[in-house]
Amino acid sequence: MRASEGVTGVGTAMLAWRLLLRDWRAGELRLLAVSVIVAVACLTTVAFFADRVGRTLSRQASQLLGADLVVISDHPLEATFATRAAQEGLAAATTVRFPSMLQFRNASLLVEVKAVSPGYPLRGTLRIRTKAGAPAFEPHRIPRPGTVWVDDRLLRRLDLRLGDLVRLGRRSFRVAAQLLEEPESSVGFIHLGPRLTLNEEDLPSTGLLAEGSRVNYRLLVAGTEQAVQRYRAIATEAIGPGQRVEDIGDARPEIRSALDRAERFLGLSALLAVVLAGVAVALAARRHLQRHLDGCAVMRCLGATQGLVLALHALQFAYVGFFAALLGCAVGFVCQQVLAALLAPLAAVELAPPGALPAIKGLVAGLVLLLGFGVPPLIALKRVPTLRVLRRDLGVPDRLGWSAYLLGGAAMAALILWQAQDWKLGGYVLGGVLGTIVACAALTLGAIWLLRRVTLGAGFAWRFGLANLRRRGMGSAIQVIALGLGLMALILLTLVRSDLLASWKRSLPPDAPNRFLVNIQPDQIEPVKAFLADRSLPAPTLYPMVRARLIEIDGRPVSSRDYADERAKRLVDREFNLSWANRLPPDNRIVAGRWFDAGDAGKPLVSVEEGIAQTLGMKLGDMLTYDIAGDRLQVRIASLRKVEWDSFRVNFFVVAARGVLEDYPASWVTSLYLPPQQGQVMDALVRIFPNVLVIDVASVLEQVQRMMDQVVRAVEFVFLFSLAAGVLVMLAAIAATHDERRFDAAVMRSLGARAAQLRAAQLAEFIFIGSLAGLLAGIGATLIGWVLAQKILNVPYVLNPAIWAAGLAAGGFGVTAAGMLGTRRVLRTPPMEVFRAAA
Amino acid sequence: MARNETAPIVRAAGLTKQVSAGERTLTILDEVSLEISPGEAVAVLGASGSGKTTLLALLAGLDAPSAGSVWIDGAELSALDEDGRARLRRDRVGFVFQSFQLLPALTALENVMLPLELAGNGDARERAQALLARVGLGERLGHYPRQLSGGEQQRVAIARAFAPAPQLVFADEPTGNLDAASGEEVAALMFELNRERGATLLLATHDERLAARCGRRLRLASGRLIDDARV
Repeated sequence: MRASEGVTGVGTAMLAWRLLLRDWRAGELRLLAVSVIVAVACLTTVAFFADRVGRTLSRQASQLLGADLVVISDHPLEATFATRAAQEGLAAATTVRFPSMLQFRNASLLVEVKAVSPGYPLRGTLRIRTKAGAPAFEPHRIPRPGTVWVDDRLLRRLDLRLGDLVRLGRRSFRVAAQLLEEPESSVGFIHLGPRLTLNEEDLPSTGLLAEGSRVNYRLLVAGTEQAVQRYRAIATEAIGPGQRVEDIGDARPEIRSALDRAERFLGLSALLAVVLAGVAVALAARRHLQRHLDGCAVMRCLGATQGLVLALHALQFAYVGFFAALLGCAVGFVCQQVLAALLAPLAAVELAPPGALPAIKGLVAGLVLLLGFGVPPLIALKRVPTLRVLRRDLGVPDRLGWSAYLLGGAAMAALILWQAQDWKLGGYVLGGVLGTIVACAALTLGAIWLLRRVTLGAGFAWRFGLANLRRRGMGSAIQVIALGLGLMALILLTLVRSDLLASWKRSLPPDAPNRFLVNIQPDQIEPVKAFLADRSLPAPTLYPMVRARLIEIDGRPVSSRDYADERAKRLVDREFNLSWANRLPPDNRIVAGRWFDAGDAGKPLVSVEEGIAQTLGMKLGDMLTYDIAGDRLQVRIASLRKVEWDSFRVNFFVVAARGVLEDYPASWVTSLYLPPQQGQVMDALVRIFPNVLVIDVASVLEQVQRMMDQVVRAVEFVFLFSLAAGVLVMLAAIAATHDERRFDAAVMRSLGARAAQLRAAQLAEFIFIGSLAGLLAGIGATLIGWVLAQKILNVPYVLNPAIWAAGLAAGGFGVTAAGMLGTRRVLRTPPMEVFRAAA
Repeated sequence: MARNETAPIVRAAGLTKQVSAGERTLTILDEVSLEISPGEAVAVLGASGSGKTTLLALLAGLDAPSAGSVWIDGAELSALDEDGRARLRRDRVGFVFQSFQLLPALTALENVMLPLELAGNGDARERAQALLARVGLGERLGHYPRQLSGGEQQRVAIARAFAPAPQLVFADEPTGNLDAASGEEVAALMFELNRERGATLLLATHDERLAARCGRRLRLASGRLIDDARV
């Protein structure tokens, strides 16, 4: 009859399951489960969505490249590149580009010829116009054999009309369309001439692909992300001399920069969700275990070993963690679908499908959070004396002390760093959280200590309310910490949403430069300025530009062969544009060394962009040797700069001090905003100054601005989600002392306190806790916001003390309202019922 | 009741419990020795603070003595570790507490099932149902402790104590939290079950009327055993 071996391993798992169901039915686990569900749902919504948006944004960026990946070669590409692409299931197209003279009647012009194969472009669109003044449309095909499409500049320079016949090499072509928009439109200074597009079928008959001509062969590929990744590896392996592989990151620093920032904004929202979720889980786990102290003692008394009690509770946590996390993943999945549906019209593209990784991440995060915060106090439970069944006063205090939170804190820190995928960002958020915890604890305990001295003369409500705070010292501190963190995350989100996002958008205002004017000669500076002023355009800032080739770094000769990195090879092979300046340009920030002062004029000093310095292995203080039109120039690196490339203003990798480059032949460059209705101004400019190149970046700019809008919307949605988590944290924090409050209130009422008096006492307590937490949260959020703006998001930050007042008010009012609502029942429960339940 | 031929089920020798209160040492239990035979019903009487609850806790292995030893069914408790004592309780001992100690998240039925489940019993549900019917709560199986009166809660606790068919049942002021009528009912039930199941009952109380139902009465004063009377 007696099962002297007790419950078996499988039996323990099943018993834990039955106990779990009983606890669930009794409502004991709801707060815990909901906390985990919200935590995981928050994380996975952001993760799923960030994953999809990230992939979609890169795909949109690919539209600017015309493909997901491009293999570029200075000789015809081996057939294996196309074969391998086909094997990977990738779509492919080819282009051949070279400069050539185009003849029309008696005039000739150097043009950029591009021969394209059917299917081009694989990403992005072409827009053409087949009759002057007719609406533009997307052709969905390439030029027919025997015809060419030309750009606006070419039409103007040669005074061409649609339908005219032009001569290219040995052949004549009819101009069938004006090309208004195409991928691969230039942003940098790479493609300068007017452009002409023809069908690759016609290329041999032109006879232009002679040996020795400067020809650029490209294979464009596009397809699923995995296939592109695989192909990138294959192609990178297979390329030989004169060949390279490019993707959007290599090709367009301004898009990369915007994407990076988008990811950071989303990542930051997710991080705050992790913090909120962690706090909610910690509070719920603590309360759950406190409520099970008696149960543990009874079970031990009934003969359960310590190991069995521990196993039963740990298993219960694992079950809750697993199922709540699973449910959280499902909620996250649904939420991101809703979000995707909301954003679809804006994105104007189909979002990439969600991957499995965010779900796995969510599951792991849920379990880690719950076990991290649940298991340490559980181990403390083991120490609850069995004698507690006879003597209730035994064994509660300091059982769930600070040390119990170490593992949970470590778990949360790990999650933050994991989610941030960036030590710096993770470090700042973690530092902010830890700082807030320490500050909240210190200030709460300090304030309580102080109150002991000053409340002697206060009325009953304040005296009793504050006495409660004092008595619950540790519990009060935990409550202030939880509320402080929750409020801080909420304030920070509001701050990020309004101030930081606005700041980011301000960095690329509607009138951000959309035209670059290049190759302005020194004697044209004043005439160009006058020309623009005549047309009521704002006076532009012109930057000098001297072309130079880097030949030595610190005395070591530089050759592209020395670099494994493709970008470095290209940079070394190309000529650099050097500039000079007195003042640090607006989108630049010194990260090492110092900017030039007045005394540096004429000294051979330069400031180098951080990224290129890293790519080429340059350090602060290095001596660089340049070849400028046959002269050697030696300059020392005086500072490293960080440049916001997505500002669309003119920026240079290398800027010299005044008086260093002025004697070398220079041309000038500027960027300006041209309102769409003034497009013809540039035609006039080119007619007057034929050597000046006008580069139109309006479509790229528009693309980046559209991406910003999408990101702002996404962050706002995530913000709503975190708001729910924040409210949950507040409820959990208030529930944490609910049982104690109930008992205290019952004692007070049995001693004759009126409900109004008790309510006033609780009000005093909540006002104190809420205001303190709110004030600390406001200060914490301001500090973290400042650090994030400065160090991570690189946007200007304006200190806004109103946030402290808002924190104080939100904390004081919100916590008091939620607290009074949450404890309403406390005052209504008859004292005897409370005593009997507690007996 | 005459003494049985068999070995004592509970034996204590020189049982002492001291606690330090500041600089002084308080002696709560002072050199108590006793033997209890199987099937006996023993009341431990004494005023508040006389050491009744402490004696019970030490005999049940819920607390460790400062000196002396306890044997249950021949096994010395101090030779067992915490888990060993837990296993001994699981297999041989039932408890009834003044404050009932039902788990609030479990129904009446589940509370009675718990010790059986902890022991890995397959027929926990049937046995618990039968016992609850026996204590007159067959209709209240699905009720939570908060939905039951004090007397009903204590009847659930009695069913739980007897569920694993223990050789020994400890009861600490089992009627202490109940009104006279419910107390009477609960006490009657406990003695009936004890007789039916042939268990040994050790009952701590300050209620002379309850003690009068027991065949043997031990009296404690200031931690010392001052009387051992058999009826």
